[in-house]
Amino acid sequence: MALAVTASIALAACTNTPSTGTSPSPGVSASASPAAGTFTRGQGGELKILYWQAPTILNTHQATGTKDYDASRLIQEPLASWGVDGKPAANGLAKEIPTVANGGVSSDFTTVTWKLIDGLKWSDGTAVTADDVVFTSKYMADEATADPNSDFMTGVKSVVATNPTTVTVTYSAPTANPYQFGTGGGNEILQKAQFEKCLGAKASECPENLKTIGTGPYKLTEFKSGDVVTYEINTNYRDAKKPFFKTVQFKGGGDALSAARAVFQTGDVDYGWNLQVEAPVLKSLIQGSTKGDYLGKASSNVERVNVNFANPDPALGDQRSEPTTKHPFFNGPDGLIVRQALAMATDRATIGDQLYGNGLTGTSTCNQLLGNDDWTSKNTASMSVCKFDVAAANKLLDDNGWAKGSDGVRAKGGIKLSVLFATTVNTLRQKEQDILKANWEAIGFKVELRSISAGVFFSNAADGANRFYYDLSMFTNGSTPDITGYMAGWTTKQIAQKSNNWNQNNYHRYSNPAYDAIVEQMRTTTDQTKLNQLGIQANDILIKDVVVIPLVNRFQVASGKSKTLQGTNLNPWDSEMWNIADWYKTP
Amino acid sequence: MGRYIIRRLLIAIPTLLVISFVVYAILALAPGDPLSQFATNPNVPPEVRERIREQLGLNQPWHIRYVKWLLALVKGDFGYSFMSHLPVINLLIERLPNTLAVVGVAYVLGVALAVPIGMISAVKRYSIFDHLATTFAFIGFSVPTFFTGLLLIILFSINLHWFPFIYDSTLKVRDFASLIDQMKQSIMPIIVLALFDTATLARYIRAEMLEHLPLDYVRTARGKGIAERLVVVRHVLRNSLIPVVTLVALGVPAVFAGAIVTEQIFRVPGIGELLIRSINDSDTPVVAAIVFLFAVLVVLFNLIADVLYAVLDPRIRYA
Repeated sequence: MALAVTASIALAACTNTPSTGTSPSPGVSASASPAAGTFTRGQGGELKILYWQAPTILNTHQATGTKDYDASRLIQEPLASWGVDGKPAANGLAKEIPTVANGGVSSDFTTVTWKLIDGLKWSDGTAVTADDVVFTSKYMADEATADPNSDFMTGVKSVVATNPTTVTVTYSAPTANPYQFGTGGGNEILQKAQFEKCLGAKASECPENLKTIGTGPYKLTEFKSGDVVTYEINTNYRDAKKPFFKTVQFKGGGDALSAARAVFQTGDVDYGWNLQVEAPVLKSLIQGSTKGDYLGKASSNVERVNVNFANPDPALGDQRSEPTTKHPFFNGPDGLIVRQALAMATDRATIGDQLYGNGLTGTSTCNQLLGNDDWTSKNTASMSVCKFDVAAANKLLDDNGWAKGSDGVRAKGGIKLSVLFATTVNTLRQKEQDILKANWEAIGFKVELRSISAGVFFSNAADGANRFYYDLSMFTNGSTPDITGYMAGWTTKQIAQKSNNWNQNNYHRYSNPAYDAIVEQMRTTTDQTKLNQLGIQANDILIKDVVVIPLVNRFQVASGKSKTLQGTNLNPWDSEMWNIADWYKTP
Repeated sequence: MGRYIIRRLLIAIPTLLVISFVVYAILALAPGDPLSQFATNPNVPPEVRERIREQLGLNQPWHIRYVKWLLALVKGDFGYSFMSHLPVINLLIERLPNTLAVVGVAYVLGVALAVPIGMISAVKRYSIFDHLATTFAFIGFSVPTFFTGLLLIILFSINLHWFPFIYDSTLKVRDFASLIDQMKQSIMPIIVLALFDTATLARYIRAEMLEHLPLDYVRTARGKGIAERLVVVRHVLRNSLIPVVTLVALGVPAVFAGAIVTEQIFRVPGIGELLIRSINDSDTPVVAAIVFLFAVLVVLFNLIADVLYAVLDPRIRYA
């Protein structure tokens, strides 16, 4: 305890985080000053990080997956991070988080002024200026450059350098999320001098992507794409006391189970990422471990069953699953009743307990919008569709004339309750499918299961989740701190269909004017409390209407660290490496 | 002979063309999306994914992509990886040393062990040694490498803590200590692979030797009073090795293709690991390059095997 107290005092004295000045103002993360130890730069030896997916590129603006974002984050930094509580935290290039209170955000919520830390340098010794930030915004917005993070520039009218250390971001409309550009993973600032020649069609093949210069605590020593990254201390890092480790090795490849063994059993590595192995196996590895600790943190990620409102019948040919068609029983006259029965027969508690270890890698949930208590609905728990009740589900179908045939399958007017239920190939998911199949067959559904390789399932192929040529699907995603963008994924505008090459998020083909109106209201709301309430309303509609059947809140962070590694601060909203400058080791 | 080789090389050209077309067609028509990792990332909306796809050239029809790929290939350009955004050839060059250090060494070791084991088994047929060798051989080629690999990891890494099971490709052999480290980290994958190679080859050599031992020329050699050891080594083994040499030559391309399963288990960043990951990621340029190079090696080593055959066996002449 004494150590912790001295640690926090030492931190307050040396850190750049605005823990004293701005933290009381609303909207700024209280987690801005993470717990850190007293140490000096380079005091430690080598830090070994293991990801079972190998980083292939070291520039988040050409990244292809989490592994690239995380491996780059040791080098590249955004203006600010998303804190543990989903609010911006000043551990990036910005001196402080702009708020209305400190004048950084205009009162009409259209302009944000970011001030860079004074004397900030790139690892090559040159000065970081507002021009670099402006350049980064251009890089992100340029269509030919095809930055995967370009959505952060949507609605941004301009990014202007008002002086060498000040950047003004103007949004085309008032926004509840003035931090959209500049905050969190995907907004890492590029060095203009390095990437100037990498704009446009040649951006992806630009060799600079593999030797990015940054401002982070570490700089690149050697990169073997698809294998390993080694780093050394960035001697120009702004905090003279950090980082602790002399070198870092970021190894990729292999599988989650042996990565878990390396953390918990052999202690070969200090940090192992995303150890998503089956809960009973993980539990046994953790319990006996003298080497490692498990790090699990709830997030906004929801594993859920998606209902198709359109008709996936192959006989329809071109019109298959187009929004103009209607699903024979999920969207017929009894649509809501059939969907409700399906939801009531879903045993999410068993899935959460047996497969996710009830709080180990996930917990069962009946909400679609999660991640922060402020926007998590408390209304759904009492809804009948969230209660596992086979008898009630059977009764509902009986009462509405869906009678069981000789094969045990319910039908009405010649329409049989026969569903095709697809998800990705994954041991855990196939077990979930088995449980759900048993659940739904108990109330007279006929369930055919299909598992599709993830690369195909998440593509535009005929078997892709967005084409939805089946009745039910299952996968996980979650909201960012910008909940409006997430909830917009169920609006009529975003219905995935042939005409937009299925490139929209509303896979369900769900269309509800009342829902659309709520999201429209969210877009124009700048008051966070009001926004949260609207988010809850939108969530409640999705659940009540059984557009989705949420199963489990899957943990974003499910990593492991050696018992001696300290300072990690689990963050479901940003890269797990967001505060790597604060990591250290006890002997 | 020279004309024969030239003719074979010329025949190889249309063969490779057909192979390249089939490989590319299969890869292009297989479903999959190099951007699938972004599918559940709310920060990367579908329109943005489409734009990246365009930048990778994936919006063109596949036959046009094939012609472009082939034309570049003729100039020795294998294109860029979708994942690493690096020239594919650089990736291969970076990984080849790791594959050779593990799969290559295992192969050499396998051959070196198989010859004496097979020979002794044949000469001392039905002896204890032969029974042991036979049992060992059957275990070797019937137990899959993923199983032996995991078994070794659990035994030597987790229980005994002798060897690491995460291959460190940044390790450079400079002195004795680092050589020991290199041996420690590669011994388990080498054993797994060598076990399989030894088992198959030893059985083959034993069978060949047994075929030759009762032949007339062996009896003649013995009759001339040549020592039994020399009979076995100079006469029987030499003749038995002719088909084995072919077999060994045909196995060499597989060395360059790496060991998919073993490299994955021990995290050896070799060609096999690259291949399987690229298949999972739908990284078509990398998969196409590896499969095509493999085809080239197979064609080449088939020719080498045939030529070696003629060199070793005077009875065979190519006109």
